[in-house]
Amino acid sequence: MIYEGRALCYGDNIDTDVIIPARYLNTTDPKELALHCMEDLDPLFKEKIKEKNILVVGENFGCGSSREHAPIALKASGIQCIIAKSFARIFYRNAINIGLPIIELPFAIEKIKEGDLIKVNFIEGLIENLDTGESFKIKPFPPLIQDIINKGGLLNFAKERIKGGKL
Amino acid sequence: MGYTITEKILLKHTNSKEISPGDLIFVKVDFVLANDITAPLAIKEFKKIGVERVFDVERIALIPDHYTPNKDIKSAQQVKEMREFAREQGIKYLYDGGMVGIEHALLPDEGLVLPGDCIIGADSHTCTYGALGAFSTGVGSTDLAYAMAFGEIWLRVPESIKVIFKGKISKWISGKDLILYTIGKIGVDGARYKALEFTGEVIRHLSMSDRFTICNMAIEAGAKNGIIEPDEITLEYVKSRAKRRFEIFYSDKDANYKEIYEWDVSNLEPMVAFPHLPSNVYPISEVVKRNIYIDQVYIGSCTNGRLEDLRIAAMILKGKKINPNLRLIITPATPSIYMSALREGLIEIFLSSGAIITPPSCGPCLGGHLGVLAEGEKAISTTNRNFVGRMGHPKSEVYLSNPAVAAASAILGRIAAPWEVEVKE
Repeated sequence: MIYEGRALCYGDNIDTDVIIPARYLNTTDPKELALHCMEDLDPLFKEKIKEKNILVVGENFGCGSSREHAPIALKASGIQCIIAKSFARIFYRNAINIGLPIIELPFAIEKIKEGDLIKVNFIEGLIENLDTGESFKIKPFPPLIQDIINKGGLLNFAKERIKGGKL
Repeated sequence: MGYTITEKILLKHTNSKEISPGDLIFVKVDFVLANDITAPLAIKEFKKIGVERVFDVERIALIPDHYTPNKDIKSAQQVKEMREFAREQGIKYLYDGGMVGIEHALLPDEGLVLPGDCIIGADSHTCTYGALGAFSTGVGSTDLAYAMAFGEIWLRVPESIKVIFKGKISKWISGKDLILYTIGKIGVDGARYKALEFTGEVIRHLSMSDRFTICNMAIEAGAKNGIIEPDEITLEYVKSRAKRRFEIFYSDKDANYKEIYEWDVSNLEPMVAFPHLPSNVYPISEVVKRNIYIDQVYIGSCTNGRLEDLRIAAMILKGKKINPNLRLIITPATPSIYMSALREGLIEIFLSSGAIITPPSCGPCLGGHLGVLAEGEKAISTTNRNFVGRMGHPKSEVYLSNPAVAAASAILGRIAAPWEVEVKE
């Protein structure tokens, strides 16, 4: 649960329609979705993630439609982890459920600039900006969400529930 | 300390003796739904869980309303998967072919979602059913798979925000204007993770249609759910439709609210949301001064495709022709609304004015099919989102309004106020 990479920054209220436009929702194939991820917002996204794969965004990231295709497309594009000032609630659930690491950093998001080398340590609850030397403590997830994350998503959580006989 | 209506419904659906905002709980669901974008993914995930049967074949609706009638081979494949899954599992409510209606207009009308229910849907506008006095929220496909398997879901108990509308609204003001005004005031994340409860004398006089419109767009303020306490109007709507028993809940007098907004909306004008956020709102009198010429007008969707919306549009369009520089596309939200519109002569008014009538579908609202915008085009639409590329090309623009403003704009070719058009009632 440690991720290191360069920051790719976008602003507030990035909606799921720009993360993956509806015209591509006639498939559930992650690879195909990744081909069009963020293209309406930033046509150079596919190029940029080759160098920068920690997404650093503003408020209300993932607002709008409930399409799980949005976190799936980001994950399949190669995004390692998303740091946001805040997440829209359905996106937040979806990311946790599919095992895409996300973290809220409400008070220091502006201290990370595009291209900065970032280290996110979910075990110690720490985000470090290795270029500036600054580090930020992250609020830990509540136990239930931690449990879902540790199991690798809601699907594995469900499988264990069946194994445990709790139907 | 008392409970809000949202908290009471959640409490009723959990094993906990008491709950408070911030708690993570598992709740039993009364009804779940998915559409042709979200269901295929949910079915794929459901099959991986290892449960053989869904939790209850009478409490699941599968509604292929987004890309139907299927626009291409891939979308036809997706609907085929849904159909096969529904048959294999014996799911009672598959709305296919000529039964397809826009889910959030269809399910309340079918009496499948009811007051006091806990409902989850793999569609963000599932919050619409809060207008019935139900807890109803949108989730993704994996959540839906889990709910189809176990009949429950994990939720964080939301804090509540109360919005009180006071005064008396004037002619041409509808639920759409009240919710656009609200989003303009509190912002697109003003109710993030929270319950948005609407009340006040203005709400008590609104039709169910307007109440659905308001709760439909609670998500556009980031809310987990929108909700309105039931009253005689709710019960009148529900009693002839309900397919099962239901329970009524009200907020306690001493319930706790994170925020309370109280607005006198007596002088409220029709509101228009400018690109590219639903919170970017202006009153129509300011908008008309800007002479915004448009290429397309859309009247429809889970927000404003109900019979009452079509009646308003018809009242304005009756005996008139639309501006030749634009297309007017109208979508009755369900087959039953379509039939009523036909019987009442609304469809004839629309066709005579030069409008295009589509079958019930979500297509145009999300830039899917049946009326996609080209580069640089502008549309005024009765839908709920005006994000970049929402209705087509990333360089197209969407303005959101109520049906009266949309219909008047179709005649004048620019964003117009309803009173600019002569209306015979």
